[in-house]
Amino acid sequence: MAEMAREPVDPHAPPQLTFGRKLADGWNRFLDSDVFYSFKRSPLIIGAFVVTVILLLGAFLAPWVAPHDTMDLASLNLMDAFRPPVWEAGGDARFLLGTDDQGRDVLSGIMFGMQASLIIGFASVVLAAAFGTVLGLFSGYVGGRVDSVIMRIADIQLTFPAILIALLVDGIVGSVLPRQTAEELTYPVLIVAIASSLWVNFARTVRGSTLVEKSREYVQAAKVIGIHPVLIMVRHVLPNVMGPVLVIATLSLALAILTEATLSFLGVGIPSSEPSLGTLIRIGQEYLFSGEWWMTIFPGVALVVLVLAVNLLGDWLRDALNPKLR
Amino acid sequence: MSQAAPQPAETRHEMLMRQTAEGMPLLRVEGLARYFDVSSPWLNRVLQNEPRAILKAVDGVSFEIPRGKTFSLVGESGCGKSTVARLVVGLYKPTYGHVEFEGVDMATLKTRKQQAPVRRRFQMIFQDPYASLNPRWRVADIIAEPIRAHGLMSDEAQIRRRVGELLEQVRLSPRDGEKFPHEFSGGQRQRISIARALASNPEFLVCDEPTSALDVSVQAQILNLMKELQTELGLTYLFISHDLAVVYHISDYVGVMYLGRLVEWGEARRVFFNPQHPYTRMLLDAIPDLEMTGRARTPVAGEVPSPISPPSGCHFHPRCPFANERCKAEMPESLGLAAGGEVRCHAVEEGRLPPPGDTGAVQAARARRDEAGA
Repeated sequence: MAEMAREPVDPHAPPQLTFGRKLADGWNRFLDSDVFYSFKRSPLIIGAFVVTVILLLGAFLAPWVAPHDTMDLASLNLMDAFRPPVWEAGGDARFLLGTDDQGRDVLSGIMFGMQASLIIGFASVVLAAAFGTVLGLFSGYVGGRVDSVIMRIADIQLTFPAILIALLVDGIVGSVLPRQTAEELTYPVLIVAIASSLWVNFARTVRGSTLVEKSREYVQAAKVIGIHPVLIMVRHVLPNVMGPVLVIATLSLALAILTEATLSFLGVGIPSSEPSLGTLIRIGQEYLFSGEWWMTIFPGVALVVLVLAVNLLGDWLRDALNPKLR
Repeated sequence: MSQAAPQPAETRHEMLMRQTAEGMPLLRVEGLARYFDVSSPWLNRVLQNEPRAILKAVDGVSFEIPRGKTFSLVGESGCGKSTVARLVVGLYKPTYGHVEFEGVDMATLKTRKQQAPVRRRFQMIFQDPYASLNPRWRVADIIAEPIRAHGLMSDEAQIRRRVGELLEQVRLSPRDGEKFPHEFSGGQRQRISIARALASNPEFLVCDEPTSALDVSVQAQILNLMKELQTELGLTYLFISHDLAVVYHISDYVGVMYLGRLVEWGEARRVFFNPQHPYTRMLLDAIPDLEMTGRARTPVAGEVPSPISPPSGCHFHPRCPFANERCKAEMPESLGLAAGGEVRCHAVEEGRLPPPGDTGAVQAARARRDEAGA
């Protein structure tokens, strides 16, 4: 590119744009390189990234890397129950972080549990973000009666706590569908229930940002050029309202994981036979005051570390993606 | 898309000559009005027994702009001049009246398809160069947007060349296309705005206070660039400003707006040196006296009344030194002037106004002439 710039052949052709139409797909590569640059410069972010990757790998590779398969009832031995972590008196080298009341390995439980929590957390946030962003963008850009209707629905939605919706959805699914099907649908039901309580935040924030961006002159310039309203929304407004969405998404991820834990605690989430961070914490907290602290503390620490690392990454990504701060 | 391709210089010139000969204005605005409903919500109105509040931002504005000329609208903040600009480019739909572009009423073009060929031919330059460029787009994409939107060119290499040409036309480097808007100063951004506006080979540009957000030194550069482009490309401008010095520099015709009405319009020289309407005189008298002629300046007196409940009759009567009972009761009609243009004033009609005194502009011009003569 630098050589081309020095070519005096065609003074009219902007040399940097010789990527031509590839600019659109090259855009992402440019973005990556800039993002990567700011990534390289921050040890904190590298740390958060490494922690997140380790947690993700640990969670999703659990069937292969976990020391024990907590789902395999045959491998459980009640004799191993209530073993403390390995460094405490009575610890067993086979159970690095100790065992629970059934003799299940806490470390393996965390790995499998985090997998469930992450799948449900990510899926519900993605669903909520997509739904909320589209509605918020549409509501803010079109305005008028459409806006009023969508926002009143959001207000109504906001009066129902996630737990109530989950109970409702779970109750309906449980009574309408046969038991077998209902159990297979545990994950989708949880995801929809959590997403339905999270989308309002996305919709409201995106609507607010859209109202601001809509009145700015670059949107009016696009209107004067005669760009189709849908294209203005997607190409002009959407990229400028995505910053807050990313931030809310990270905060919502933590919230989603916590909601999942709450629902599991109440018995409407993941069945207690399957581990999730929420069920592990719940099972552990029963023994917290009898001295078996490791059962609830380690899943709790895992949850905190996961949420903190994801939040740090989200914050950094927001700054790195904003061309004004580059 | 053959009709959208840039026309050869001769053909375009011939067309210009023909239409000028036929006396057809490029833009004609007739009885243009735009009302905004600023009432409180329905429930509040019912409970508090409030009437509907209608803001008449623009109320019956008519003017014409001949090809290749610059028509400026001036007036205090809130007089509706920016609303006129937005009505002309179609950002607002007129409540009454119509906008004719080359004799075609814009309201008759219903679908986007019908509007597209006309839209290509007029563009707008906005006031705030920091808000008028999408911060997440590269400059080359911003400038290429009208070309792509109207399908003027499909070959990417060709578009790239054209963007480079446009950047050079506004005295920027073709290499700037690769940057983001935030890497430029206000003046440079305004140049990018102009390049974008020129991208679809328009004939008519609506400029909504294009220099008011810029430094004075940069203002002159942008104005000179606009004048050069006008002679180069035969552009027609509708220029919105509250800066009389800028308006004098750039205009062929000037319209003075007050509370949504056009109170006076005419050739720039006539309006500046022989102003008729008392409001025009008051505005011109407020021009700072840089030549130190020792002229006694009359400051602009009074406040602009609320446009939601404007004064009866002539809107200007509470501030007008020549107002009488008729002015309070009756709205003045547009009156053709012998010197060209029109004025809306009972006092002018009745001939009870003193001859226009030496306004700031006149005195400044005289001082310059004396200096040149001496």
